[in-house]
Amino acid sequence: MTTRVGVVVFPGSNCEHDVAEALAGLGAEAELVWHADTDLGDVDAVVLPGGFAHGDYLRPGAIARFSPIMASVGAFAAAGGPVLGICNGFQVLTEAGLLPGALQKNQGSRFLCAPADLVVASAESALTSGTAVGDVLRLPINHFEGNYTCSAEVLAELRAEERVVLRYVDNPNGSVDDIAGVCSAERNVVGLMPHPERACDPLLGSDDGRRLLGSLLAWAAGRLPV
Amino acid sequence: MPLALHRELGLTDDEAEAITGLLGRPANDLELAMYAVMWSEHCSYKSSRVHLGRLPFTAPWVLAGFGENAGVVDVGDGLAVALRIESHNHPSAIEPYQGAATGVGGIIRDIFTMGARPIALLDSLHFGPLDNPRNRWVMEGVVSGVSGYGNSVGVPTVGGELSVRPCFTGNPLVNVACIGLMRHERLVLARAEGVGNLAVLLGSSTGRDGIGGVSVLASAEFSDGDEAKRPSVQVGDPFEEKRLIEACLALFDADLVVGIQDLGGAGLCCATSEIAANGGLGMDVDVRTVPLREQGMVPAEIMTSESQERMLAIVEPGDLDAVLAVCRRWEVQATVVGTVTTGGRLRILDGPAGPGSTSIVLADVPAATLHDDAPRYRRPLAAPADLAARRADDPAHLPEPADCGPAVLEMLADTSWVWSQYDHQLFLNTVEGPGGDAAILRVKAPGLPASRRGLALTTDSNSRWCALDPRAGTALLLAEGVLNVACVGARPLAVVNCLNFGNPEHPEVMWQLSEAVDGLADTCRAMGLPVVGGNVSLYNSSDGADIDPTPVIGVLGVIDELVRRPPGAGLTEGGHLLLLGPTAGAGALAGSRWAETAHGHRGGALPVLDVEAHLAVCDVVRDLVTDSLVDGVHDVSDGGLALALAEMAVRTGVGFDVVVEAGHAGLFSESPSRVVVCVPRAHVADVTRRAGEAGVAVTPLGHAGGDRLVVAGLVDVAVPEAVATWTGSLPAKLQLTGI
Repeated sequence: MTTRVGVVVFPGSNCEHDVAEALAGLGAEAELVWHADTDLGDVDAVVLPGGFAHGDYLRPGAIARFSPIMASVGAFAAAGGPVLGICNGFQVLTEAGLLPGALQKNQGSRFLCAPADLVVASAESALTSGTAVGDVLRLPINHFEGNYTCSAEVLAELRAEERVVLRYVDNPNGSVDDIAGVCSAERNVVGLMPHPERACDPLLGSDDGRRLLGSLLAWAAGRLPV
Repeated sequence: MPLALHRELGLTDDEAEAITGLLGRPANDLELAMYAVMWSEHCSYKSSRVHLGRLPFTAPWVLAGFGENAGVVDVGDGLAVALRIESHNHPSAIEPYQGAATGVGGIIRDIFTMGARPIALLDSLHFGPLDNPRNRWVMEGVVSGVSGYGNSVGVPTVGGELSVRPCFTGNPLVNVACIGLMRHERLVLARAEGVGNLAVLLGSSTGRDGIGGVSVLASAEFSDGDEAKRPSVQVGDPFEEKRLIEACLALFDADLVVGIQDLGGAGLCCATSEIAANGGLGMDVDVRTVPLREQGMVPAEIMTSESQERMLAIVEPGDLDAVLAVCRRWEVQATVVGTVTTGGRLRILDGPAGPGSTSIVLADVPAATLHDDAPRYRRPLAAPADLAARRADDPAHLPEPADCGPAVLEMLADTSWVWSQYDHQLFLNTVEGPGGDAAILRVKAPGLPASRRGLALTTDSNSRWCALDPRAGTALLLAEGVLNVACVGARPLAVVNCLNFGNPEHPEVMWQLSEAVDGLADTCRAMGLPVVGGNVSLYNSSDGADIDPTPVIGVLGVIDELVRRPPGAGLTEGGHLLLLGPTAGAGALAGSRWAETAHGHRGGALPVLDVEAHLAVCDVVRDLVTDSLVDGVHDVSDGGLALALAEMAVRTGVGFDVVVEAGHAGLFSESPSRVVVCVPRAHVADVTRRAGEAGVAVTPLGHAGGDRLVVAGLVDVAVPEAVATWTGSLPAKLQLTGI
C-alpha cells in the first residue's frame, strides 16, 4: 500500500512542492495539509517543510506553533507517528516543544545556501534508519537561523541517549556539538536543518537525500496505523 | 501659485501647459500630481522611447512583448516563459537593503501579473571600489536585501553578475531579472474589460512610503544631502508578497479575474489608468475605500503612494464573493476600490460612484492621456568631443609586463560570498546555479506538465567596453550572452535589456543611449532574436559625473533535452586545451580589463563582431556540450584568455601548461567569439573535425593537469595560491573576518 505523507503548509512555507516531488519519486503519496485545518487526515507520516512560515516574523516558528494543525501534529507524534521537520519545519518543532533546543542566527550572521557534508551519528531514528553510523551524506543547507543551541543538561541528555542523528563534518553555522539534526526520546520525531528533498536527483548534484526520506517512508510503513 | 506646484512635482512649464491643453482647463492639484508621476522619466520613458522603437520586438514564438508587464515566449510543450529585467538603482543608493528588496518584489509582481509562477531571479550588481567604506555598506546592504526578500518570498536567485568600478561610487546599479513559467492559455493581460466590472485592490494597505518615488528619486540626479529623500524609498514585506503570489495564482487557476495589474511606480494612479486605457475603457475610483496604513493621507498621496505588495484585479461582480474567499484563505486583504466605466475617463471620487451618487469628483482625466500623451523628447545627442582621439589611442604601445602572473591573480574573484546568501535551489530546478557561464533550470513548476526541456539564463554587462564604444560594446554583450547559453548547451530564444545611463539632458549620454540601442537592435536582428522586455534607468550620476553607459543584457535559452549536467567551466587532468574561434584580432587590447587596471588606459577601437562567425562558434560549442565531447568549456570574455583559463583551473583545482601567441596581448585580449574547451584525448580528433567542418578555427593551447598555472614565458603560479586568491579576494576586499 502506498505510504501517505501529510506535508503541512503554513502561509510562507515554500518547500512543500519540493518535498512532495521527492516523496513521489520514492513511491509515496504526499498530501498538502493547510495549517488552518485541524485534522491531518489519514496519513502515515508528517513532514513540516522548509520556508518562512508566517514570514519568520517574531522568530522562526514562533507563530506557526499556534496554527490549528499543530495540535493534530502533536497528537500524531505522541501516538508514535513519524514526524519530520526540515529547516523551517525543524524550527517549528522546537518552538512547539516537540524537539528540544532552539535554532539561532548563524555564526557570521549571514544566510547560507551551500552544500554540506553530514555524518550519521545515530541510525536509530525515523530519518536515519536506512543509514549506518559514520555514513557521510551530502545535502544542501539553506538557512539564516540554523545554529542549533540547547542547555548543557539537554546536550548531555541528547548525547547520552544518542539523539543527535546528524552532525556537520565542517560546521557551517556554529551549531553546538556540530549538530545538524536531532530526534525525540521516542525517536519518531526528527528535525534537521539541511534539505534532503534537494538531494534526490543526480541532475541536481546529489541523491543522498533519498536514503533519508526513504528511511522515513520505511519507518512509516513498518508500524501500525496511528 | 500653480507654477510653483507643477515644478515642485517635477513637471516643466511646457508639460504643465500641455496638460492644460489636454483637459481644456488647468489641472487641479490632484490631477497635476497624477500627471507628474505618470509623465516622469521612469514611467513615461519620455527621453528613451523614440530610440527604443528601433529594437526588434517580435518573433513567431513571442506571445506577449513590448508594452506588457513582461515578455512571454513559447518554450515548447505548451509552456511559456515570462521574463523581464528592471532596475532599482536610485532607491538602492539611498537605502541599500530596502532598495534592493523592493526591486526584487517589483520584478516578481511583473511576472505573476502575466499569469506565470515566478521560478527564478538573476541580479546584476555594480558597485564602486570596495576600499571605500560607503561602497562596502551599499554592497552589503544590497546583497542582504536581495537575500532577505528573495529567500523569504520563495523565488530562488539562480544567477547574475557583480562588477566593481569607480563610476558606480554613489550610484550603484541594482538590476534584477525574473522569469516565470505557465501554460500558454494562462496568459493574463493588464486589460480592463466589461463595463460594470469591479476593480479590486489586493494586498497591503497604502501608506506614505514611496510617495513620488518615480519622479523624486528615479528621475533626477543625486547630490549631497540626499538622505532627505529616504522617505521616497519603499519598504518591502516579502511575506505579504508570498501570500499575494499564491492568492493571485489561485485566482487565475479558478478563472476569477479578467485582467490584473501590479502596483509599482506611481502606484494606484498608474495601475488604474493603465488597465483602463489598455482596455479602451474608463474607471471610477473611490479613494475613501482604499485601506490606509496612516491617518490623514490626502487623495494625491493615496493615488501616488508606492507602498509595495499590491495588485489591482478586474473582477466580474458575480465572482466577487469567490475572489474574497480565495483572498481570505491566503490572508490577503481585498477591497473593491473602483468600477470599470465607459468613456475612457479616469475619475477619482470621494465617496461611492453610481446613479444618484453625491460623491465629490476629485479628478477627472482621460485615462489614456496619462500614458499616450506623455511627452516624447528627441533630446539632443552628440558624440563626445574626444571620441576620435580616444579611438586612435590603441593600448598596443603599453609596456609588456615581465611577469603576467600578478595581473592574472588580481583578476580572480570568487563571487560565492554573494550568491551563497541566496537560496538558489528552491523548486528543485537548478541544475547549474550561480557562478557558471549561465544558469540552467529544469522546466518545471507545481501544477504544470512534466517537460524534458531546460532553460539557460544569463545577464551580461561591460561598462568598460560600452564607455569606449556603446554600439560595438552592446553588440559584444549580446554576443557574449548568446555564447554563454551555448556553453551550457542551449540555443537562444529571447533577450531582455536594462539600459542604465547617465543624465539624458547631457547630449553625450543620449548619444550613448542611441548607439547602444542600435548596437543591440542590429545584432538582435542579425541573430534573429527578439527583445521581449526591459527597462531604462536614466540620471545615473553623482554630483554631475555620469556613470559609464551600462546596458545589461539578459538572454534566455532553451535546451531541448536536459538529461545531464553540462561540463561547466573546469579542467580535467590530462585534457587537451583547445581554443575555438577566430584568431584574427585576437591580440587586440582595446577595452580590455588589463589595459584599464594595469595602466588606467581606456582607449582604442573595440573589436568588431562578425555575427556569422560568432554563430558558427556557438553552434559548434552547443553541439560539443550536447554530445558530451568536452569535459570543460568557458567563453573568453572580461580578462581574456588569461582569466578564462585561470577560472577553469581554480574551479577544479587542476593546473594547465599552455603556449599563447602574441605574448601578453594574446593573453589579455578580449576579442569576441572565442571559447576554451578541455577535451579528453579520445575526442580531440572529433572535436577538431567538427569545428573544421563548421569553418571554426581551432588553436591547440596545451594541456590541463598538474599543480601549476603555466603560460610559457608569461605566467607560472601554483594552483593553491591561485585558489586562495580566488576564494579570498572578495571577503578580503569587504574586510570580513571569521566565517
